[in-house]
Amino acid sequence: MTKASSTSSTSSTRKYAFFPGCSLESTAWDFDKSTRALCRALDIELTDIPDWVCCGSTPAHSSNASLAVALPVLNLQKAQAAGFSEVLTACASCYARLRTANYAVRNDPIERERAERITEKPYDGSVQVRHILDVLINDVGVREIRKRVKTRLDGLKVASYYGCLLSRPPEVVAFDDAEHPTCMDELVKAAGAEAVDWPFKTECCGASLSITKSDMVNRMSFRILSMAHQAGAECIVVACPLCQINLDFRQADAKKNRGDLPDIPVLYITQFLGLALGLDLEALGLDALTISPAALVSR
Amino acid sequence: MAMNSTLEWTDTALLREVERRSGTPVSACFQCHKCSSGCPVGPEMDLLSSQIMRLINLGAKDEVLESEAIWACASCQACTTRCPMGIDIAAVMDTLRMMAVESRAGARRSRGRQFNKAFLTSVRWQGRVFEFGMMALYKLISRDLFSDMDKVPKMLAKRKLSFWPKFARGAGEVRKVFKRAEEEEKKR
Repeated sequence: MTKASSTSSTSSTRKYAFFPGCSLESTAWDFDKSTRALCRALDIELTDIPDWVCCGSTPAHSSNASLAVALPVLNLQKAQAAGFSEVLTACASCYARLRTANYAVRNDPIERERAERITEKPYDGSVQVRHILDVLINDVGVREIRKRVKTRLDGLKVASYYGCLLSRPPEVVAFDDAEHPTCMDELVKAAGAEAVDWPFKTECCGASLSITKSDMVNRMSFRILSMAHQAGAECIVVACPLCQINLDFRQADAKKNRGDLPDIPVLYITQFLGLALGLDLEALGLDALTISPAALVSR
Repeated sequence: MAMNSTLEWTDTALLREVERRSGTPVSACFQCHKCSSGCPVGPEMDLLSSQIMRLINLGAKDEVLESEAIWACASCQACTTRCPMGIDIAAVMDTLRMMAVESRAGARRSRGRQFNKAFLTSVRWQGRVFEFGMMALYKLISRDLFSDMDKVPKMLAKRKLSFWPKFARGAGEVRKVFKRAEEEEKKR
């Protein structure tokens, strides 16, 4: 089941175990749907990790360091048992937690022993954890994606927003530059659109603090939205369920009493590329978006 | 540290505990303030991250553990990525949140702590986060009953929220993992 040097071939199907994560089952069902649709269109075969469980996300690493390693390890063991050597995730938080646990197991024998005691199974950290952006850029390749574009989104100005966890910390995640990532910009350009240059690519949106400190997160989101607007962006593309919900679902709250901004659609990169590849709109889950991207689609 | 000074920084217990548990050298901090300058929640913090690093070195346990700053930290890793001394500041914040919960009754009333508790309870019993149950539990324990209630119909309309709990088939195993992880955590 290994991917074994399929990097240069374009016709063979690439296979990965898929870790959807809890957000993709609920608030980010459209990220789930569009990721699966895009992968199908690009000959990527995803097999859900059997009986996967939550990665623990921020509450686990803030509460119990042993649990924060054990929960991801449990999922990586399940992927390995199903015969996979690579796991693909779309959620930036799941990705960071799975990578962080792998890093701990590989570099610290005490952490590895502890995780093995807790899960009661061996694990050596050898399963590779990949983010969908990493796979699109490094396995499929921009050239291949450009070839498959059916609806060029010429002239559309797009701000690529990476947030925190896709590029930080670089020792753990490392598929793009930590301070100035460009992979999503490359994908945006492959679709014929214009990737605007802007300084808040990796500025944090506040993530789940939107529940406990909503005023703070609204201010943070407003800064990001207004910077994207000032840079001339007509829409924002993201690759994280928390970025998406804070910037889109909570956009009205973020703008309240803070200033005049037009409605800015915030799409998952998988939805954006799906549009460019001419995929069925229903299969991209665009109806889940709060700010309708209809104006962009009908251009 | 024998010094002829009124300042006797002899209380290194806090520093030692934080360094041991976070696995990162807080004593290497030379106050360049790079972490604070780039911190996205800095303006909302009662103590900046560089001040927290200093206070840990000074042994000021109460000031650090009672700060709101440790709960405002969004774990975005900008500080960790940029620290010229390689201090994993985000890991220090994790350690401080755990120490605050262990040592301070007040921390249990922190919304951040209450959210973590509701989230992990959901994972413990269902194996995955059941958003509706998690939010209901958070609202009960935080008594923050009314915020975001306007979002519920919108979330239902967008199919982002379901009333039906889903149980992962691995849920039983997860309960055991929680139990053993709690035992391991005590041994650290």
